[in-house]
Amino acid sequence: MTLLTIKDMQVVFPSRRGDLIAVQNVDLTLDPGEILGIVGESGAGKSTIGNAVIGLLEPPGIMSKGEVWLGNQRINNLDEEMMRAIRGKRIGMIFQDPLTSLNPIETIEAQLVETIMLHLALSEHDARTRAIDLIEQVGIPDAAVRIKQYPHQFSGGMRQRVVIALALCAEPELIIADEPTTALDVSVQAQILDLMKELCQQRQVGMLLITHDMGVIAETTDRVAVMYRGQVVEIGETRQILGTPVHDYTRSLISAVPRPDRRVERFPLVTYIEDVIEDKPKFELATHWLGQTQKFQASEGPLLRLENIHMRFTTRHAMFKRNRLFLDAIKGVSFDIREGEVFGLVGESGSGKSTVARVITGIYKPTSGRVIYAGQDLTLLKTRSETQPWRRQMQMVFQDPFSSLNGRMRVQDIVAEPIRFHGLANSRHEVRELVLDILDVVGLGSGAAARFPHEFSGGQRQRISIARALATRPRFLVCDEPTSALDVSIQAQILNLLKDLQQELGLTMLFISHDLPVIRQMCDRVGVMRSGSLCEIAETEQLFTRPEHDYTKHLLALMPKFDMLPGLTKARRYYGNTQSPPSKMQD
Amino acid sequence: MIEFIFKRLLQSVFVMLAVAFIAFSMFHFVGDPISNMVGQDTSLEDRRKLKEDLGLNDPFPVQFINFTKNAIRGDFGMSYRHRLPVSDLIGERLPATLELSLVSALIALLLGVPMGVYTAIHRKGLLSRMLMSLSLVGVSLPTFLIGILLILLFGVQLRWLPTFGRGEVVQLGWWSTGFLTSSGLKALILPAFTLALFQMTLIMRLVRAEMLEVLRADFIKFGKARGLPMRSVHYRHALKNTLIPVITITGLQLGSIIAFAIITESVFQWPGMGLLFIQAITEADIPIMAAYLILIALIFVVINLLVDILYVRVDPRLRVDAGSGHG
Amino acid sequence: MADTTGQRARSTAGDLLFRFRDSDLLYSFLHSPGAVISAMVALTLILLAVFAPVVAPHDPFELASLDLMDASMPPSWLAGGDPRFLLGTDDQGRGILSTVFHGMRISLLVGFASVILSVIAGVGLGLLSGYAGGRIDAVIMRIADVQLSFPAILIALLIDGVVRNILPREAHDQLAVFVMIFAISISGWVQYARTVRSSVMSEKVKEYVQAGQVIGLGATTIAVRHILPNVLGPVFVIGTIHLALAIIIEATLSFLGVGLPPTTPSLGTLIRIGNEYLFSGEWWITIFPGIALILLALSVNLLGDWLRDALNPKLR
Repeated sequence: MTLLTIKDMQVVFPSRRGDLIAVQNVDLTLDPGEILGIVGESGAGKSTIGNAVIGLLEPPGIMSKGEVWLGNQRINNLDEEMMRAIRGKRIGMIFQDPLTSLNPIETIEAQLVETIMLHLALSEHDARTRAIDLIEQVGIPDAAVRIKQYPHQFSGGMRQRVVIALALCAEPELIIADEPTTALDVSVQAQILDLMKELCQQRQVGMLLITHDMGVIAETTDRVAVMYRGQVVEIGETRQILGTPVHDYTRSLISAVPRPDRRVERFPLVTYIEDVIEDKPKFELATHWLGQTQKFQASEGPLLRLENIHMRFTTRHAMFKRNRLFLDAIKGVSFDIREGEVFGLVGESGSGKSTVARVITGIYKPTSGRVIYAGQDLTLLKTRSETQPWRRQMQMVFQDPFSSLNGRMRVQDIVAEPIRFHGLANSRHEVRELVLDILDVVGLGSGAAARFPHEFSGGQRQRISIARALATRPRFLVCDEPTSALDVSIQAQILNLLKDLQQELGLTMLFISHDLPVIRQMCDRVGVMRSGSLCEIAETEQLFTRPEHDYTKHLLALMPKFDMLPGLTKARRYYGNTQSPPSKMQD
Repeated sequence: MIEFIFKRLLQSVFVMLAVAFIAFSMFHFVGDPISNMVGQDTSLEDRRKLKEDLGLNDPFPVQFINFTKNAIRGDFGMSYRHRLPVSDLIGERLPATLELSLVSALIALLLGVPMGVYTAIHRKGLLSRMLMSLSLVGVSLPTFLIGILLILLFGVQLRWLPTFGRGEVVQLGWWSTGFLTSSGLKALILPAFTLALFQMTLIMRLVRAEMLEVLRADFIKFGKARGLPMRSVHYRHALKNTLIPVITITGLQLGSIIAFAIITESVFQWPGMGLLFIQAITEADIPIMAAYLILIALIFVVINLLVDILYVRVDPRLRVDAGSGHG
Repeated sequence: MADTTGQRARSTAGDLLFRFRDSDLLYSFLHSPGAVISAMVALTLILLAVFAPVVAPHDPFELASLDLMDASMPPSWLAGGDPRFLLGTDDQGRGILSTVFHGMRISLLVGFASVILSVIAGVGLGLLSGYAGGRIDAVIMRIADVQLSFPAILIALLIDGVVRNILPREAHDQLAVFVMIFAISISGWVQYARTVRSSVMSEKVKEYVQAGQVIGLGATTIAVRHILPNVLGPVFVIGTIHLALAIIIEATLSFLGVGLPPTTPSLGTLIRIGNEYLFSGEWWITIFPGIALILLALSVNLLGDWLRDALNPKLR
């Protein structure tokens, strides 16, 4: 029989500007042992469904309409006391961030035992035994020892395993997992998803898996509901939804997902989403001021060469040398970037790829090694007047669209600042003209000039960030994870924009990402980084088809295959040839 | 952890040295110590001799070292006005101030913490809102005005309680206590409440703010999602996490009670150190000012060290060294 | 250069105006009766104080107009009261209402001046400390640590005491107001410095600062033009609460007899004078300045409290 039934759910958040409808007309069912994915972009209302089912909506939200049935019991009209008896006992919940989900000052054991004894009639001794059992089942070795430890003694992936153990304490029938792997690295992510899948099947537990990540959906779920603006626009078998989507939104969403299997020239325009902007400037870039920049001295050899770069940070200062702690973020990295190419750097978090970007652009000074740009060793330059002409040629687009713009400045001032600073225009009037042109080029239009960053969405802010980088008429552009904070449809637009600019302005580009499919779409050559060193450098197509290094193979194997996507036929197994078993692996 | 405590210890020594230096500079730069010590009719020759004897002709650093050495032994010289050793004067006044501060600190903590917890848990409740409004009145009322109002009400109008002095005291060795006589206890009530009120409202607001912060944490939401009863969520998980930051700031607050006692003692003519200090300021009695300053700093530093040690005991994240933090 | 400065000033002012109109600040203000009432009370008191020479019925400093026959009269609605003196008179025949108006003037002057000095010193040092880091930061923060070992009121008391003893005795009364402002502002800078420093430390690792570095901007430009405007929010909150505190500290010091002299009486001085007559039943000499002080401190504190909550989105 059906485990969970949601009928005509509506959730509203009353506010002074009227009721905000977060979710409406939602009908879902879930069977025991089934994994139902709920996918959507930010603000689609997917988390709200999970919170409404377990009765923990953020105030002032209320479920204003509809019914929630667990088995044959209606649970959305229970009083607080009865609802609490269901939480943890019949419904378990897993949250996104394992680092903050556990009480930092109690041992894992104390938190498990409290929850077990609350829901199951066990003695403290039996509860303890069960706690150790659970910890073992979620794949933490040395359970009897580890259970006495505090959360901070576990890594992120291990903590998420503890969270899963806590959610499973009382053998719930239903688990709601809200972005359970978003905060984790890709290799850990795969292990956790596998663990959850396995546990669901073994115990015949139904799971509501809420995520923004199409890869997670493709690899984990049986069925999927696609949400857009608080409504379910399409629901069905995962294979069917991804392979032959019916609804326009689903279609454009799926077409925006970067394909891991081959390179496409452009992402098809994602028409269903509203803030799409056609990137057609009113003038020819090549004849415009922006295009009139390439009077740079042609250089012999590569445009940029890194020679044996080391970067060491002191993470703990102490009086005695032996007590100091260091982090070697980069350990001897060397590579070349040729004029006009897009060079990619890929790696997991902490691999040092962002540090490389910051060494190149002069934010950090390397501990040792040389940064040679157009024949000039930048590390030898001392004064600001010496470095400035070089700084002007090199600009950067940052990861976080929210913190990379100064919220106290108008867009026009943000874009004008580099022009004024480097004296690139002769009059205020000219500065203004240039700013408006640049905003046009990045697809924002002149209406954006007088507004403040907080009035824009993440994707639009990233366009402002690109406009600021273009304002010095750079020759070399560093993009540090420019789309990793964006929804997938916005990501497609930004990547299209960057591609166009690179081609029309003849930019040389360093493109940094953790996302292999994105790298494949963007780069000519790729370097793979792991814990501060380069493992492999290769032409993009060669890297994806004939990887040399074991780590590269490992990363490629973890990539979601999307073998149900249209045009893909051969089904490949998820864990192709990873060296690591799916669970019980240290991370 | 040992390094942590060691670091704090070093920091404390630094603070004490800095304060000693300030105190010493006051001697050096404010007024002429010799003319403060001797009468008008002392001859120039005698003055010169006294200056030599007191080491006032030594180079500045030597004088500072001597001053620090004496201070460590508890010797701050003679009071300019009272013509008595400063250590005796302070020793005589110390029990009065400490008893007053202790009772006030207890009142502030025992009422302030529960009120903070209550107003955080029942954020929208009527009683909470009333307590919060009252607490704002509490921080807006200058201590001396509270004292005056209490005197006017309980001393002048109702005539229930004494309004000045300590009442009868009992001598226990060198310590004089007012705890053992009914007049002593009665005399304590008004000043103790006056002194406690401000700190109490501060502690209450602090506990409330910290607790609200903790109640928004993910692990509280996860606790609720596991069906834990509100009692456990509030008192087991939230309160313990609240108390960690609260301990630090409360420690600081309690240290300042002793300094705030100056005002209370002045209003109620309470014969403690604060009253002595105020008189010293109006009379430019530098030795007393210096000694008082150093004593306050010492009390503060000791409380802070205790707080740090307590902190390490309560917070497991500090107890384990960083090396084993990986799994 | 003048060009860019002008542009900047305009956009900052426009920014503030825009934020004020758009954000929930105005809405929150109009919908919290406490804030509206306290703003009205504070504004009234400030206006009364500023225009004290005009609105006060008598000039308490005009010795010729004083008449000892009028001394120690109770408020006009009590037996023995005189309609000329609404709130009664003190031992020298000065009208309490007039002395309270003039007293508030001095209390507010000292309060505002100390807060402004504290803000300038604290924000400047905090910005320097947070942005420069290293040794400069260590020195400034150690000084702050030492100072934090004492409550502000004790610091002010001490500075006041020391400065008084350095100055010649005749100069005491004339310079008392400046000594007081100096003492209170020194006792208050640490809070601003620490708050600004920690905000700067969290701002300076943000990507917009790195973007400035990539453009090539100098450290001073980044610190002043980019970081400073982003860390001023909490300064407003602290400043408001500090104003109430500064007024209280000044009153306390004057009450203790080490603050402002009876020739330029602040509210604290008035309360001190009146306190001597408390036991003889002439309560009005103390109570009315006391009420004025409480109203002043309370209304400013209420505003500060509301401002803090309104600027903290997490509390919504």
